Amino acid sequence: MARITELDVNGKRHKIDADADRSLLSLLRDDLDLTGTKYGCGEGQCAACTVLVEGQPTKSCLTKAGAVAGKRIVTIEGLLHEGKLHPVQQAFLEADALQCGWCTPGMILGAVGLLRRTAHPTEAEIVSGMNGHICRCGTYPRIVKAIQIAAKKGAVA
Amino acid sequence: MTRRDFFETVGAGIVVLLVEQDPILAQESGGGGRRGFGSMPQEVSAWLHIGADGKITVYTGKVEVGQNARTSLTQAAAEELHVPPEYIRLLMGDTDATPFDGGTVGSQTTPRMWPQIRKAAAEAREMLIDLGAQKWSVERATVTVEDGRVKSGTHSARFGELTQGQKLTKTIPANVALTPATEWKAAGKSLSKVDGAEIVTGAHKYPYDQKISGMLHAKVLYPPSFGAKLTSLDDSAAKAIPGVEVVRITANSGREGAGHDVAAVLSADPAAAEKGLAALKAEWQPVAGQTNSKDVFTYFKRNGNPTAPSSGLTQYTVAYIAHTPLEPRSALAEWSGDGKLTVWTGTQRPFGVRSELANEFKLPEEQVRVIMPDTGSGYGGKHTGDAALEAALLSKAVGKPVKRNWTREEELTWAYFRPGGLIEVGGKLNPDGTLAAWEFHNYNSGPSALQTPYAVASKTEQFHRVDSPLRQGSYRGLAATANIFVRESYMDELAHSIKMDPLEFRLKNTHDDRLRNVIVAVADRFGWKNRRKTSGRGFGIAAGTEKGSYMACCAEVAINNGQVKVVRVVEAFECGAIVNPEHLANQVEGAVAMGIGGAMFEHIDFAEGKIETNHLSRYRLPRFADMPAIESVLLDRRDLPSAGAGETPIMGVAPAVGNAIFDAAGIRIRSLPMVPKGLPAGGNGTTTSAAVV
Repeated sequence: MARITELDVNGKRHKIDADADRSLLSLLRDDLDLTGTKYGCGEGQCAACTVLVEGQPTKSCLTKAGAVAGKRIVTIEGLLHEGKLHPVQQAFLEADALQCGWCTPGMILGAVGLLRRTAHPTEAEIVSGMNGHICRCGTYPRIVKAIQIAAKKGAVA
Repeated sequence: MTRRDFFETVGAGIVVLLVEQDPILAQESGGGGRRGFGSMPQEVSAWLHIGADGKITVYTGKVEVGQNARTSLTQAAAEELHVPPEYIRLLMGDTDATPFDGGTVGSQTTPRMWPQIRKAAAEAREMLIDLGAQKWSVERATVTVEDGRVKSGTHSARFGELTQGQKLTKTIPANVALTPATEWKAAGKSLSKVDGAEIVTGAHKYPYDQKISGMLHAKVLYPPSFGAKLTSLDDSAAKAIPGVEVVRITANSGREGAGHDVAAVLSADPAAAEKGLAALKAEWQPVAGQTNSKDVFTYFKRNGNPTAPSSGLTQYTVAYIAHTPLEPRSALAEWSGDGKLTVWTGTQRPFGVRSELANEFKLPEEQVRVIMPDTGSGYGGKHTGDAALEAALLSKAVGKPVKRNWTREEELTWAYFRPGGLIEVGGKLNPDGTLAAWEFHNYNSGPSALQTPYAVASKTEQFHRVDSPLRQGSYRGLAATANIFVRESYMDELAHSIKMDPLEFRLKNTHDDRLRNVIVAVADRFGWKNRRKTSGRGFGIAAGTEKGSYMACCAEVAINNGQVKVVRVVEAFECGAIVNPEHLANQVEGAVAMGIGGAMFEHIDFAEGKIETNHLSRYRLPRFADMPAIESVLLDRRDLPSAGAGETPIMGVAPAVGNAIFDAAGIRIRSLPMVPKGLPAGGNGTTTSAAVV
């Protein structure tokens, strides 16, 4: 079985020793204790496990560790910049775009990815760009609003 | 517990205890000699402590599952103590540290706990004023409490400076009168989620995220179908994996699927446990002849046995659905050397779970501690301790702490469901359009909001209990969603049968002013009277009351090629005096969003004891693209006590949408979900059996 010995997460190279076919989600949560990345379904349906791989929103439950060796991974814990909230995190608080918050880290990283692709998305672009994410508490309209707030502030240059 | 023990635990300072005076209420929240906080009697419902260091801590057995109770209760204390919310810490849902609580259920936090915490905080403020007056030998009337300080003229002291070294307690009845909402100074304002920053940074540790050193992860081999018995198990391949243990557990109190005669695979490495589970070779004896979802409604009717059923009633059906909390059930259990059990788990009833565990292990309740970290939602689905029981049994078996995280498939199979139901309804009208007679039978789904709020002279309304083929339980709104769906759809049928406008028909039959007010408010905001019907567009209205609050809902749908899209929903909601307008709006919007799932497409399919909709790829949940424009109209009745808001707002969506579909397409859909595969051809009946007497 192929092994993976290093993972580049949040700007730091972590020494690990794991089967390369383990899911990235499991490595992050169980081996690196980065529990901000959430399990929701294990089959890519809810996107609660979204992280950024080379800046692209990626469902970590479907991603094998071996596929991301040497790539730059950012989890919700790595979004703070010099201790300050990322503008998208700030916008989620401002719009009260969360209830239980289990989907929130994945939503925020999905939104960061969306805004990198499209700095000023229309409402329809937000809906189609975020449609893979589930918020069971139903805060969707507020999440749309949060992304609009972040876009207005030029969240992602 | 003695006064000295108490202060040893919480530290010196001011303590205000709230004591439940009403023996009926105390009984209701009890269930057999329950005690919170060591031997503190359960009649104590909450307390507040101001430490010598000035820290303010509120202790409540209520829990946070996303409904923002932590925020609203913090606000209650902050308002009365005249301090910024960040001065207050809420300790919630820890059976060793908080008073007994019957559970965060039934929209009771706002009407019951919120005023109690306000009262405790108000009392503490008065005690601080007394201390200031004594210390400075000034008239009490000159002493004020502002911004975390007690002041009089040139004197000023922080709370902690005044309480230094003293142990002051006050016990007050929980049901004393409060400042009426009409005189509130600051409450009723919006306050952002107090722990929002921890959530958006991923720092908050939910139950699923809890870890302690030395713990094993557990995977459980469940039966392939309900009731199947394990006849043989070959675990040699699993045991051959390094670091993997296999154990069999049987709970005395457990039911199938939660620690009852199951095999489990444990390892410090979750990936190894997973491999071990896959390596188990099991043979099962299934149970034949189980009821399937396609004939469950016939089963309900056959087994419901109503007294004096009328013939010619109109039948509606409601499918079983799943709560699908995005964080599945989870527990971490640890036994200490002295035989005490500690469990971290996501539950709406930490004291109920403590009882389940004490009962299973024949322990005094004080020997079990249940801690509830703020959890990834519940919606009524996390009342039981399934994962907690499994983790505790397994931890006992292996002598190490055990973590048990349910998978989505386990969550969609072994949790309990919102009950399915068959509802039969009939009505007769007087020539002027007022209701003359009403008959309503609910089979299995439940009695909540069974009774019509409309004025009718002659009525029969019955709930018929049936032995459900699936495990079922509480779900946001209970059966009120089903009953209001049927009642409000049928009211629409009646209105159309005499060609009366559905709004006018409801107002004609409403004698309850609060109901009338929400109906009028929603119609105004929606623009009901000016609605313009175009091809493929339809408009519907529905209303109802439950748990002391009132809602009315208008929906607009668009139908294209048999696909129904809800384009706009306006909901008016009135729950007495509003505590936090922004979070109330958030609850109403979220309930509408969740309600769309059950209204449009969510349904559990089952056959031969197997849940077929056991993955999110097979169980459709509402997404961004399913969302209509949602507007809430919040009626603030400061002259009325605050009622809860977590449930009632979900109830209007389905009938408003169903009535809008009828308006658009002339098809009356009498089943929830209504359009799992798009608009049915011709629906299941477009005529109404309503008669005019």
